[in-house]
Amino acid sequence: MFQSKEIRGPAWLAAAALIASLTGCSKAVVLNPAGDIAAQQGQLVVTATLLMLIIIVPVILLTLLFAWKYRQSNTEAEYDPEWHHSTALELVIWSVPLIIIIALGALTWISTHKLDPYRPLDRVSETKALAPEIKPLEVEVVAMDWKWLFFLPEQGIATVNELAAPVDRPIRFKLTATSTMNAFYVPDLAGMIYAMPGMETQLNAVINKEGVFHGLASHYSGAGFAGMTFKFHGLSNEGFDAWVAKAKAEGQPLTRDAYLDLAKPSERDPVKRFSSVEDGLYSKVLNRCVEDGKMCMHHMMAIDAAGGEAYMKAAGLNLPQDVCTVQNADRVVALLDQRDQPGAVAQQ
Amino acid sequence: MSGNTTLPNDPLIGRISWDAVPMAHEPIVLWTFIAVVLGGLVMMAALTKFRLWGPLWRDWICSIDHKKIGIMYMILGLVMFLRGFADAAMMRLQQAMAFGDNLGYLPPHHYDQIFTAHGVIMIFFVAMPFVTGLMNYLVPLQIGARDVSFPFLNNFSFWMTTAGAVLVMISLFLGEFSTSGWLALSNLGNQSGSTGLDYYIWALQIAGVGTTLSGINLIVTIIKMRAPGMNLMKMPVFVWTSLCTNALIVASFPMLTAALVLMSLDRYLGTHFFSNDFGGNAMLYVNLIWIWGHPEVYILVLPAFGVFSEIVATFSKKRLFGYTSMVYATVCITILSYLVWLHHFFTMGSGASVNTFFGITTMIISIPTGAKIFNWLFTMYKGRIKFDLPMMWTVAFMCTFAIGGMTGVLLAVPPADFVLHNSLFLIAHFHNVIIGGVVFAVFAAINYWYPKAFGYKLDVFWGKCSFWLWLVGFWVAFTPLYILGLMGVTRRANHFEDPSLQIWFIIAALGAAMIAAGIGCFLIQLVVSFFKRDQLRDESGDPWGGRTLEWATSSPPPQYNFAFTPVVHDIDAWWDMKKHSYQRPLTGFQPIHMPANTGAGVVISGLSLVLGFALIWHIWWLAGVSFAAVIVASIIHTFNYKRDFYIPAAEVVATEEARTLQLARHV
Repeated sequence: MFQSKEIRGPAWLAAAALIASLTGCSKAVVLNPAGDIAAQQGQLVVTATLLMLIIIVPVILLTLLFAWKYRQSNTEAEYDPEWHHSTALELVIWSVPLIIIIALGALTWISTHKLDPYRPLDRVSETKALAPEIKPLEVEVVAMDWKWLFFLPEQGIATVNELAAPVDRPIRFKLTATSTMNAFYVPDLAGMIYAMPGMETQLNAVINKEGVFHGLASHYSGAGFAGMTFKFHGLSNEGFDAWVAKAKAEGQPLTRDAYLDLAKPSERDPVKRFSSVEDGLYSKVLNRCVEDGKMCMHHMMAIDAAGGEAYMKAAGLNLPQDVCTVQNADRVVALLDQRDQPGAVAQQ
Repeated sequence: MSGNTTLPNDPLIGRISWDAVPMAHEPIVLWTFIAVVLGGLVMMAALTKFRLWGPLWRDWICSIDHKKIGIMYMILGLVMFLRGFADAAMMRLQQAMAFGDNLGYLPPHHYDQIFTAHGVIMIFFVAMPFVTGLMNYLVPLQIGARDVSFPFLNNFSFWMTTAGAVLVMISLFLGEFSTSGWLALSNLGNQSGSTGLDYYIWALQIAGVGTTLSGINLIVTIIKMRAPGMNLMKMPVFVWTSLCTNALIVASFPMLTAALVLMSLDRYLGTHFFSNDFGGNAMLYVNLIWIWGHPEVYILVLPAFGVFSEIVATFSKKRLFGYTSMVYATVCITILSYLVWLHHFFTMGSGASVNTFFGITTMIISIPTGAKIFNWLFTMYKGRIKFDLPMMWTVAFMCTFAIGGMTGVLLAVPPADFVLHNSLFLIAHFHNVIIGGVVFAVFAAINYWYPKAFGYKLDVFWGKCSFWLWLVGFWVAFTPLYILGLMGVTRRANHFEDPSLQIWFIIAALGAAMIAAGIGCFLIQLVVSFFKRDQLRDESGDPWGGRTLEWATSSPPPQYNFAFTPVVHDIDAWWDMKKHSYQRPLTGFQPIHMPANTGAGVVISGLSLVLGFALIWHIWWLAGVSFAAVIVASIIHTFNYKRDFYIPAAEVVATEEARTLQLARHV
């Protein structure tokens, strides 16, 4: 009686897997996405699971079988209280998992390099090669409290909580955040990647189907986190052009002041569009120097890399004790640039 | 950066104000508070009525007996488990409700505290006390010792852990708890001036002192105090897993301490270790905390493996298959657990080679773990398996854990992790291994060793009810989360837009309700067994046909555990002794040298609790005074020379004669 009920655990999972695969077409997006990268990742989930089931299924079945066969009431079963060692068996129980892990390890090595989010795409989909003349669509992503800001530098526009891309054109995301770690995730497009303040991560992906897809913040980031979702549109080339044109026509320019206004924490923001973007705004966001009087991180790092304040003094650049105005920083960086040209410092 | 800017700061009471009392504006907290006060009053009245204050102080609070401390750890774990589960139930209810226009009954600020508290409590104040309690109770008995190496330290460790738990509980009624998740995403928490993260820091720092010291204590105990003849390769597997667990504790908890110290410097002194500006970097914190965090997982699960190894051999009436490979598997896991921390954040963008390294090291851990499962399997092979409650939990564990392990290895493949990380699939995975591994082990262990600790078995009927409700409830609660994860649904959200997901959350909530019923049945099991204790009495001291030394003594064991230190000739020492028709010595008893009880542990821990409280609320004078008091109390304790006493031979003789009579009755 006990054993027949015991099978319930795994049976639940099997039933669940069945349901998941039945509803797979519409709901289990991880296994059935609309973008090539996500599709390869989803395929890997299935392959790895099947590979491991080679060992998990026998283990569970043997557990139930032995539990049944060697139950106390079954006096016909063999009983050998001192049998506790078998070199042959030990070899098997260490080597079979080892072989599976070697196979899985090889799969991991290959797939991790092939699906590295930083790696430019080499195909559009399983059936479609990448035409060499197509340049990826550049998208700069900023995770804010609690909304997504997207810059499209090529098109010169920016949007909040909505993004679109032409079908079958590779997309190259650069991501950062304003205040706390977050993660950018469009399950249909590709796996998630962290967006972190003061740092830039990258993600390469492509969408293969037209449609509206769900995008979300997948790393808890505070009170407004659950509402930090957006729509990702896969569009035809014409549709994408129209989407860009709409932003240009309807939107306001995104200046530094407009950005600072946007940066105030807010929840469940509606879609916003910006017709143009102030030069270098993304770089300022990334380097945490949008506000007046803040030195940009890459400038600070450049000074530090050159040897810090002491070096500056030695080079005849008398910095104020507290280097934190944009003017100071710009002056220092200009001098650093000069220094990098041969003989520049000597002329000073 | 620190909280001074947002909260008032009075020199006398620091940041405490009426606004800091959440029950003034949150009815849920108010009702909880009323229930706690009433419950506390009833308990105090009962203690007074039955004149139990004295015995409670002398025999329990001041006790340095490893068995009593072990039991107190289990009680702490159980009490905190009820709190942690209440948090879980509230989350399940919120997520089952909050779809579309319905925002549920918990605002984000409250919901975020609840999931943070759930994680912190379940890991630090439930799983850790359970595991430490089991090790405390069993290790000295299994190695034939009379106590641990440093009995006072043991008492002190327990009270420090309890002080941490008390701080977490205080946060419910005064101020608030952290909203930054159970590992405190530092640059999120640091932005808030509230007391939540301070409660988190000081609760863990104080409890961490206890954990680290008890780790040192148990290592020394296992290395130095084994019975003659018990070399390392004759130790019970539970002792081996305890040794490895405590080695992990001693090596990894300083990392947690360091990470939290750096974070407190950021908060209290305005440094910039983990801030966004001025060269701070939160990635550093994420790395540090997971270098502790991953070994922590094995700190919890290794003793669970030990428990199952003992149970499976006992109830199969057969020696454990592959003892040596079991030991090496445990040691492999211990070492490898330090090489895998980065798999918790593959999605941070570390690059393909780094991710591959940590992915493959993670997979390698599954080889020794798999070997362990096979060893239990082949212990059952050619056995005579008796399906008492502990064995039922063990079979349930083997099937459940195998699946949890599989999903874990799946998450170790970086590109697969990219689509499943932070999803409910991940939540389902780690509950699958922690509930299926650690919690099932704790219930198996309680059912198995309860007769040893209290002298009577636990009631079978209510135990079976609890078992089936837990097992089925677990799968009903977490299978939907696996499925939701495959639908791209992520964790820690207090609201969802897509109404078609709701049905899965409702199923999960039903599973949680079944688990609640399972917990209820377990509590009923304890009460029913207490009232039926005369029927369930274990006179023999060896109710299951045990194999290890704890079954060689009476149930419950005398204060000194063993009148004569046993001599060990083989693995499964007690089984070996029974096989060679061991005769219990009846004469020749000597006075027994034992450590004396002391109140120093609870006093110093109480002062540490005050110190933590003062630091949280910025009451600087109180922090200074309590810190000085901790130092003074510790120094005074060093002048306590009444540290030991002898149990007179006559008393030993009397105890052993009573046992002889008891054994005669049994036969």
